[in-house]
Amino acid sequence: MWQERSAIEWLRWLAEGRVSAVELVDAAFQAIERTDSRVRAFLHLRPEQARVEARSIDERRRRGEELGLLAGLPIAVKDVLCVRGEPTTCGSRMLAEFRPPYDATVIERLRAAGAVLVGKTNLDEFAMGSSTENSAFFPTRNPWDLSRVPGGSSGGAAACLAAGQVPLSVGTDTGGSIRQPAAFCGVVGLKPTYGRVSRYGLVAYASSLDQVGPMARTAEDVALLLSVLAGHDPRDSTSAPVAAEAYHQGLDAPLGRLRIGVIREHFESGLSPSIAGAVRQALDVLAQMGAELVEVTMPHSPYAIAAYYLVAPCEASSNLARYDGMHYGLRCDESLPAGDGNEGRQDASRLVRVYRASRSQGFGLEVKRRIMLGTFALSAGYQDRYYVKALRVRRLIRADYERAFERVDVLAGPTTPSTAFRFGEKLADPLAMYLEDLFTVGANLAGVPALSLPCGFDENGLPIGLQLQAPWFREKRLLQLAHQFQQRTDWHKRRPAL
Amino acid sequence: MSQAVPYTIVIGLEVHVQLLTRTKLFCRCPTTFGAPPNTQTCPVCLGLPGALPVMNRRAFELALRTAVALQCRIPPRTKWDRKNYFYPDLPKGYQISQYDLPLATNGYLEIADPAGRFAPKPIRIRRAHLEEDAGKSLHDEAAGVADSRIDLNRAGTPLLEIVTEPDIRSPLEAKTFLSELKLLLLYLEVSDCNMQEGSLRVDANINIHIPTASGMVATPIVEVKNMNSFRAVERALQYEAERQYVEWQATGLTKENAPKQTRGWDDQAEVTVAQRRKEESSDYRYFPDPDLAEVTIPAHQIERLRDEMGELPGALRKRLEQQYGLDAYASDVLVNQGKAVVAYFEQVARQCGDARRAANWIQQDVLRVLNERHIGIEQYPVAADELAELLRQVGDGQLITSRAREVLERMVQRGEKLEQAIAALGIQSVSSNQLRELCRQLVEANPRIAADVRAGKRQAVGALVGQAKKRNPNVNPAEVQRICLELIEQSE
Repeated sequence: MWQERSAIEWLRWLAEGRVSAVELVDAAFQAIERTDSRVRAFLHLRPEQARVEARSIDERRRRGEELGLLAGLPIAVKDVLCVRGEPTTCGSRMLAEFRPPYDATVIERLRAAGAVLVGKTNLDEFAMGSSTENSAFFPTRNPWDLSRVPGGSSGGAAACLAAGQVPLSVGTDTGGSIRQPAAFCGVVGLKPTYGRVSRYGLVAYASSLDQVGPMARTAEDVALLLSVLAGHDPRDSTSAPVAAEAYHQGLDAPLGRLRIGVIREHFESGLSPSIAGAVRQALDVLAQMGAELVEVTMPHSPYAIAAYYLVAPCEASSNLARYDGMHYGLRCDESLPAGDGNEGRQDASRLVRVYRASRSQGFGLEVKRRIMLGTFALSAGYQDRYYVKALRVRRLIRADYERAFERVDVLAGPTTPSTAFRFGEKLADPLAMYLEDLFTVGANLAGVPALSLPCGFDENGLPIGLQLQAPWFREKRLLQLAHQFQQRTDWHKRRPAL
Repeated sequence: MSQAVPYTIVIGLEVHVQLLTRTKLFCRCPTTFGAPPNTQTCPVCLGLPGALPVMNRRAFELALRTAVALQCRIPPRTKWDRKNYFYPDLPKGYQISQYDLPLATNGYLEIADPAGRFAPKPIRIRRAHLEEDAGKSLHDEAAGVADSRIDLNRAGTPLLEIVTEPDIRSPLEAKTFLSELKLLLLYLEVSDCNMQEGSLRVDANINIHIPTASGMVATPIVEVKNMNSFRAVERALQYEAERQYVEWQATGLTKENAPKQTRGWDDQAEVTVAQRRKEESSDYRYFPDPDLAEVTIPAHQIERLRDEMGELPGALRKRLEQQYGLDAYASDVLVNQGKAVVAYFEQVARQCGDARRAANWIQQDVLRVLNERHIGIEQYPVAADELAELLRQVGDGQLITSRAREVLERMVQRGEKLEQAIAALGIQSVSSNQLRELCRQLVEANPRIAADVRAGKRQAVGALVGQAKKRNPNVNPAEVQRICLELIEQSE
């Protein structure tokens, strides 16, 4: 029963009393039980708390209390969002035992909306990666082909949807970490405008790029979840003082003659032919819906990856400095025998040894690579050549978007250059892995909202994603377009055989 | 001064001032001093994963107020930067500070010495910026076990760092600058400047310039830390200048061929001691903090701050001299005591009608009590209008100065009102008839004294004055002397 219905439909059933929150939560845990030994989407599950929360929702519904927008719906959350008193590992050994004393703003909003958190999903360590292979605990598998990666870093968040374990999932996106796994797993994922969703309680990877976003199997469900996540938060200085909307309402409203820009650079070198074909077909559908297709050029997009892989590691090198073994997290203390004179000097070198041991053992390879990249690029004598120059490129990319959005209402193109790859295929070649973000990093660098939705399958039966991007704070337009596309296509209704 | 030395001292100061905000710079934790360790903390100042800073507008406003008072140039916008380094008392692994766009540059503060040991001069302010304080490391080295504990109550407390140009030419100038800066900050009500609690911390950069046959030679710059009072600053810099001269004579090392050094002042041994360099790189990899927005500073905000500023010490000293005819020394003493003492003085001066008498009494009698009791003028038992009335009676000749001092003493010690104290001391004003009658009786009763006076021993009349005071302690001795002499001469 579980996979047939969307979150919106379950909400109706809940309201009509045809199903209870407890039944939905039980169904979620049954699906997880049945499939997660193979998919491994979850790092932690919280069955007892989830049932208690579901029972309380059912109770409140029986009493006729006013309930939130997601009341009784099971939801999964990527394990970079702080949940008070519960594991928040970020996929890292460093935080394997860490339990934050506070809830992220997004978690507070979900609780207030009555969503029932079933567990925390797997990810690349500290959200750094494109395959979930960088999780310190285990890789998540793609439900469409268990020998392939689900994408990353929100790999668990996408896989749990594709596997039919939950109807709603929260991911985060710094360079494509929601959209690329959504494309690989055949689900819908939205990276909102930078500042649209609070980052308070999101464990930072690259602060100027990170954004929390909704994931689901339909655009309508993504819209519903965004209505809960979005809004100004005084605890996040980068949160936009722009009123949130009821994104899930009016999705069928006619869009008129929407001008859709097709990014020329995204169809040039490196794009797999099956993706090019599927995306072209999707563009035809959009044209049939009444949109006008316009070719646009984003002349600086070839430099987006280079700029991203300087800005993000620079910020990461500073954001991850706090994991030093002193206050929380992993501490590897190789203590020395005391009392052999010169306490002061011994103490200082012991401090350095604790730092070195804790960080060497706490962080994985990719995290160390990015910390070292960023530390180098921010160093005296190199900062102008790398960090400052990357910021200049970032401004040019933003200007590309501003120019494009003077001519068109939405930008369209492929989400990824290829479909889901096999485990290990790109691990030894970081550059090949970084190129996964080729089409997605632009939206992060410019701060615009971008959505990926299923638009076909390749010759191996693997999902293909269509990326739609809109001007700042035009999430509603993206969601309307995606929803109306899904009224005419059934790519999103296909399910993997698990 | 000891200007006999064969070199010029060059000093620049870095002052860290803790701002008087109720809460920290980037979170809502209280800044109260002395709470049990790690009780004034939250996810933000603990640097927990996912926590984000939000700027305290009050702290920014206090910093701006100081910048305006220091005549600084204030840019239309400023930003926050991260200063990256590892240390156990720095939980985020970086300090939020301001690097290349500080909120204030190019200001100055005038200093002067009423005793004239140096000519009045402006000390230029290079920059002032806001930053968060780190926590405190508590080292317990008992029993041979190096056990360090960290208290993060202080982490995130707003600090204003004020950096001068190297315009200071003597330890006395340094001390004077600090006193004047502290006074300014107290007048602005931006800090309590309590050095014991670390609200005001001073580091100094010092070297000496020595004229030689081959031109001017500068010794390596030394940063002196660990000075816990203004007196310590003066002594440490005096010591350090002399030490640098001796070292230069021995080694010939100069700024060009030796690195900058950090030395700590040892207050007991009265020497500076070379400090071990922290095992951290000096490359702080500053970059703009992506968690915080730029701060725009509208011109009208600066104007408003200027309007609300009130009278600052420099201007106040000049006004007291001009308006009340005080000398520079008196106005300096009063202004240095702070706004409240000046207000007290002005009320007394106005109400008693004699500003100099008011200034003298406050300097000699009032301030002595404040110092002895370590209290502020607010706790001084005698209200301004009562002191004014007392001084008015002195001015009218109703009270003699010595009796007035007794009255004031009683008011201070027993908390009595003016009339109560006067009554308790049995003071009644003596009419001129009563006084004349008393003197007549004394002259008649002491013919030998009268004879002595007539014979030219005028000082003999002092005995009559003594007797008069015994008979009636309220008499004015000068009057008694004048009348007695008059009577003796008349009876000739």
